[in-house]
Amino acid sequence: MTAPPVGRVTALERRLKHPTSGAPALVAYLTAGFPSRSAFPDLLRSVAGVADAVEIGVPFTDPMADGITIQRTSRIALEDGVTLHWILEMLGSVGRLEAPVLLMSYVNPLLAYGWHRLTDRAGEVDVAGFIVPDLPWEECQPVRSRIEGAGMALVQLVSPLTPEPRLQTLCAASRGFVYAVTTTGTTGGEGNTEGIADYLRRVTRHSTVPVCAGFGIRSTRQVRQLAPHVDGVVIGSALLEVIERGGEPARFLRDLCEGSSGGMGGAGQRGGPAAATP
Amino acid sequence: MTATTWPDARGRFGKFGGRYVPETLVGALERLDLAAHEALADERFGETLSLELESWVGRPTPLSRAQRLGDAWGLELWLKREDLAHTGAHKINNAVGQALLAQRMGAGRVVAETGAGQHGVAAAAACARLGLPCTVYMGAIDMKRQAPNVQRMRLFGTEVVPVEAGDATLRAAIDEAMRDWVADPEGTFYLLGSVVGPHPYPWLVRQFQRVIGIEARHQFLKRTGGLPDACIACVGGGSNAIGLFHPFLDDPVELIGIEAGGATGRSGIDGGAGHAATITHGSPGVLHGCYSMLLQDSDGQILETHSVSAGLDYPGVGPEHSFLNSSSIAYYYTVSDAEAIGALEECSRLEGILPALETAHALAGAKNYGRDHPGASLLLGCSGRGDKDLDILAGAGL
Ligand SMILES: Cc1ncc(COP(=O)(O)O)c(C=O)c1O
Repeated sequence: MTAPPVGRVTALERRLKHPTSGAPALVAYLTAGFPSRSAFPDLLRSVAGVADAVEIGVPFTDPMADGITIQRTSRIALEDGVTLHWILEMLGSVGRLEAPVLLMSYVNPLLAYGWHRLTDRAGEVDVAGFIVPDLPWEECQPVRSRIEGAGMALVQLVSPLTPEPRLQTLCAASRGFVYAVTTTGTTGGEGNTEGIADYLRRVTRHSTVPVCAGFGIRSTRQVRQLAPHVDGVVIGSALLEVIERGGEPARFLRDLCEGSSGGMGGAGQRGGPAAATP
Repeated sequence: MTATTWPDARGRFGKFGGRYVPETLVGALERLDLAAHEALADERFGETLSLELESWVGRPTPLSRAQRLGDAWGLELWLKREDLAHTGAHKINNAVGQALLAQRMGAGRVVAETGAGQHGVAAAAACARLGLPCTVYMGAIDMKRQAPNVQRMRLFGTEVVPVEAGDATLRAAIDEAMRDWVADPEGTFYLLGSVVGPHPYPWLVRQFQRVIGIEARHQFLKRTGGLPDACIACVGGGSNAIGLFHPFLDDPVELIGIEAGGATGRSGIDGGAGHAATITHGSPGVLHGCYSMLLQDSDGQILETHSVSAGLDYPGVGPEHSFLNSSSIAYYYTVSDAEAIGALEECSRLEGILPALETAHALAGAKNYGRDHPGASLLLGCSGRGDKDLDILAGAGL
């Protein structure tokens, strides 16, 4: 163990409440091993230099909550031989990252690895938490205590369709942050950033940990709309598309929040780690 | 607990089943569970369904003694004729039930997946009859190999969407139907075609398919004065098999499921790609919302499958079958593509019945059973008719 168990989750929560990227906090999603296994460690370092947290997506053959971009990047990663085993090895050798890392995975690759082995190994390589989109509250209980017992967070996802009493339960139980899905549908679609203020207010009210909104967030305009209501935003498909086009992901992320934080304060905090990355 | 009391309130058959879905779908599944329990307890719903099954589907379907085929295989062979149900397969039993449920729940549209196209056709027909708009996702490969069914769906006014992603067969079609459903879980009804997926589907589809076994048990008793030695059916997701087996669970009757061995053959235990024998060669995991046996690699990635039969070409299986298998209540074997085609030819020639390639697997399993149990009486789920397969059969030299 590289840190006392409670420290890692608390550090993640603090970082999202007090982001160095400006406000709101930026959570970047990368498909592990995309665009290639060899290019990934540098990409991860550079993105972790700008973002406040990085979700590393474990590719899966049947990503039912994902739109076409993540389906495509997952397939390419799988074809390049990316496995959970490789991801954990890579995290062990990538060196200190400037932002905490979470693993986002469908449940089956985690099951196949084995929860005991997984929480041990993930703890050793400083993973702060897990996001498992097909592991709803009713199914996550034994796994949740195992993850928390190992000093990591299990992030709960909530949706605009989650009814009030359930929302309370999920928000109270979530660690690291609450993942507020902005819309019905899959990742990468048309994010819904209008007309969800009331939903996000309810989420924030019930949460003791930071609230991050995600699914379909692509533009400065959307980030600006969400900023007053949440602690952070998750950028996934849009970031992967920048990488696919051969663009500069770190710069894309910086531009996203620079453009959005003007007039809201917090912009002055940026520049430290972010400026140092290529 | 006896075998008939599963699933429990959380949708578990022993350790199998459950509900592994994105949060966005949880509420829709809870509403479906509630509405389905209410509907199935409601006499009026039951009467409407029975009338539809009788006057539109053509139930009860007959029980036919297959004298010549049975003689050839050393069996007393009986066929439960789901091939004679409207649209040509057992899939219609479930499609009618769920479509009526969709209507009762006020759904604005229906989505479905299909492999062989039999479920797609059944869903399309049921939706046409009730005036419900219907979209069916179908793998691009399956659209080619089961082309007549695509045309039928379109005639019924259903939109058929080709799925090029993934393996372009049934599994990719389910992925895509779920993505469609997750976009609007409150307005869309997902009419799932087999006893797979998240709770309550494995239970719900079974309840609509039990009519096969209930009728067959009654007919068999009436015709012979006793029960068969064994029931046998093909297993893709497992809906026709569970429909046949379930009413026999408390009887001293052997229950046998036949999986698609693809090129590997009856006793093939090499387990590589090239088959769809999920229970025989798989291991437990989560796919499409439930914990069940799966064909996966050691990293938990789902394997591509192969079967000459599109309806069996699926790397998962219903959780209740995984449970029946692990508890040794039912037994599962495989037959190869070639054995299935051979059995189909014999059944056609000796009985004047052209079965579906899926059904042909059950027939080949029966032939093998006859070798080991000469003289046994066997009740076989004749799940569908083979008109859709004529192109494939021509390609195989028949
Ligand atoms: C005639 C027929 N039998 C069997 C099957 C396999 O499905 P299940 O295992 O759910 O009965 C299909 C599926 O398309 C089919 O069309």
